[in-house]
Amino acid sequence: MLDQSQVERLEAEAVNSARTRQPLYAARKKIFPKRASGRFRQFKWLVMAITLGIYYLIPWLRWDRGSFAPDQAVLIDLANRRFYFFFIEIWPQEFYYVAGLLMMAGVGLFLITSTVGRAWCGYTCPQTVWVDLFLVVERAIEGDRNARIKLDAAPWTARKLFLRISKHAVWLVIAAATGGAWIFYFADAPKLLGEVIAGMAAPVAYVTIAVLTGTTYVFGGLMREQVCTYMCPWPRIQAAMLDENSLTVTYNDWRGEPRSRHAKKASAVGQTVGDCVDCNACVAVCPMGIDIRDGQQLECITCALCIDACDSVMDKLGRERGLISYATLADYNANMTVATSGGTGPVDPALVRTASGSFADGLAHFHLGKIFRLRTYVYLGAWSAIGLVLVYSLLTRERLELNVLHDRNPQFVTLSDGSIRNGYTVKLLNMIPQPRTIEVTLQGLDGGEMSIVGIDQPASRSFSVPVEPDRLKTLKIFVRQPADQIKKPAQSFQFRIDDKASSESAEYTASFNAPEKDK
Amino acid sequence: MSSEHVDEISGVTTTGHEWDGIRELNNPLPRWWVITFYVTIAWALAYTIAYPAWPMLSSATKGVLGFSSRNDVKNEMAAAEIGKAKYVAAIQSKTVSEIATDDALREFAVAAGGAAFKVNCVQCHGSGAQGSTGFPNLNDDDWLWGGKTEQIQQTITHGIRFAPDADTRQSEMPAFVDVLKPEQIDQVGAFVASLSGPVRDKTLIEPGAKIFADNCAACHGENAKGNRELGAPDLTDAIWLHGSGEAAIASQVRAPKNGVMPAWVGRLGETTVKELAVYVHSLGGGE
Repeated sequence: MLDQSQVERLEAEAVNSARTRQPLYAARKKIFPKRASGRFRQFKWLVMAITLGIYYLIPWLRWDRGSFAPDQAVLIDLANRRFYFFFIEIWPQEFYYVAGLLMMAGVGLFLITSTVGRAWCGYTCPQTVWVDLFLVVERAIEGDRNARIKLDAAPWTARKLFLRISKHAVWLVIAAATGGAWIFYFADAPKLLGEVIAGMAAPVAYVTIAVLTGTTYVFGGLMREQVCTYMCPWPRIQAAMLDENSLTVTYNDWRGEPRSRHAKKASAVGQTVGDCVDCNACVAVCPMGIDIRDGQQLECITCALCIDACDSVMDKLGRERGLISYATLADYNANMTVATSGGTGPVDPALVRTASGSFADGLAHFHLGKIFRLRTYVYLGAWSAIGLVLVYSLLTRERLELNVLHDRNPQFVTLSDGSIRNGYTVKLLNMIPQPRTIEVTLQGLDGGEMSIVGIDQPASRSFSVPVEPDRLKTLKIFVRQPADQIKKPAQSFQFRIDDKASSESAEYTASFNAPEKDK
Repeated sequence: MSSEHVDEISGVTTTGHEWDGIRELNNPLPRWWVITFYVTIAWALAYTIAYPAWPMLSSATKGVLGFSSRNDVKNEMAAAEIGKAKYVAAIQSKTVSEIATDDALREFAVAAGGAAFKVNCVQCHGSGAQGSTGFPNLNDDDWLWGGKTEQIQQTITHGIRFAPDADTRQSEMPAFVDVLKPEQIDQVGAFVASLSGPVRDKTLIEPGAKIFADNCAACHGENAKGNRELGAPDLTDAIWLHGSGEAAIASQVRAPKNGVMPAWVGRLGETTVKELAVYVHSLGGGE
């Protein structure tokens, strides 16, 4: 018999032992953002009102275009392939305006991000705006942060059930209104609203409403910050666009550290203390649930609510605002160098202050000039250049055009009197919502005359053709030249169109073909 | 086991792979992400059950929804037929000239006739209806049997010199090789050519005119303007079915070619023939 102590102990460990086991996936940690108040919160309310107002109300604006075009100010008419934007009407071949606007949006984002950081994420991104709106509902029904945490932890009671159902019901109503508003951009809004309510609208309208209701509810109500952190590529791209002169929401630990909850006691015993009282107000208000004092993070959408929260605490304590502030990395580094004596020691707030307690001279402070630098000028220049080209091209674009297609099979036809006939498909584009009478004329081609299929008039060098408003009219035109006037196998001539009423005109140079003459 | 690499800053283990000094943190995935991933797999499996997917020995599984792209095409064709029905009915009940004066009907008939032309007519008349020697150009304004829509319809319906059809357009240019002497044939050839252009030997014209009056004017007319009742061509214009010039004319006098066009009504039906007539009339030479 062996004694227990004589049994050899083997060095072995289970591969999935509890000590080393890592979770395969992590559940979402719930975030209960506290309501903030202050300058940035005010600004966000304003941005929210403007962006939501634009989204919901624009389809209901009217714009009189006469009786031949819809009177909706902004309308994407997919069936007729027209885009209306107030006084601008765009045909499909003018889609480059949309491409130009997208380029401006892209360069504009570069410009904004390189100057004021992730302002898009923090203020105007639909995800941010709708989450903000959904949080308003949540607070109104369930109360602010502490009440919500308590409710979440509480057992299911009739009251909790009632509050939860109310919240989700209101969310769903907002989501449905969001999905519903989208379809009004694609059809006459008042008429479509009636049809949707009466159940008479096209299936695609209901499918669109359902899909957008679903995404709005899920993204804005249920997933919230998960969308920004895990689904959106933009935080990654935006982070790459920042440099040391871009504004970011920054915790200024050069004046905040060492943080202390008991600053008075600590300083009484001679410890150095910074401005941060470690109240966690900045964490409580964060819709992303992060701590800005950990430094710049992928998750931070720079909504600046932590600035509001911290500023109000600093106000109460009688200290300068700006412990958390918009700052550039360059300024932050400069001030950190001062506070740490050139990086040789820990942060000592005394180094950034004078004996009287105000900030020392020589600290870097942000001023507007800092965001103007070569890079932002280049972005601004490119953005303005594209915009000017678009405006110029919009102001000078033609509203009357013609395209000519020469028949190739056969290229020419010999007629019984020996004259030669060529056929052309001529397309007249009347790009205004008014009916017009267009005069089609031949220029050049000695002795040439034309006849137009469907217009019962003798051959002539000029025809008046009525064209419907906002339509393309296709004409089949036969041009005929007497045998003795034909000089060579290929002659150039012009189709010219005139609108006498508006003195608009257009020309197209076409070719007239004849057989090689026998010599 | 201690080979796991832990990132210093985050305290998270890495996946162990290294790219230029960059390591990937082995953070757990969000739970909703994992659930979404499994849902997509389930969706894909359900999809292959709902739709044709799994290859079997001779075909693939049919899918429980009964989807088939051939059925889709069949349905779309049926829908297109229903859409066309209104026009087809109108074309059946109306005459070709009525069709040609109705804008919507004409547009439809020209499109339908153009499609039928490309299948049935291009072999002789060419893809642009431009014809070739012996096969008339349908774009021009010279018509052997008349260029009104009704006349074109008649020609397409019953054909030309098409024996099986009793109502076919019938006429035949006789061969003059045994009737006229070779020099007489040259003379009449020169005369006919002189009506529309210069000839080499003007002395042939006068005797040629006499021979023409005696032998040819019966069908082609005294002024050689032709006769559509007989399909006799106008010999004074610039268009020559069997070639222009004295030699070609003389050859056609000596041993004429008489082209045949089949009757199409039996094969295509009256509606398509009407559409073809309107299409041919629209090519630019219609009267």
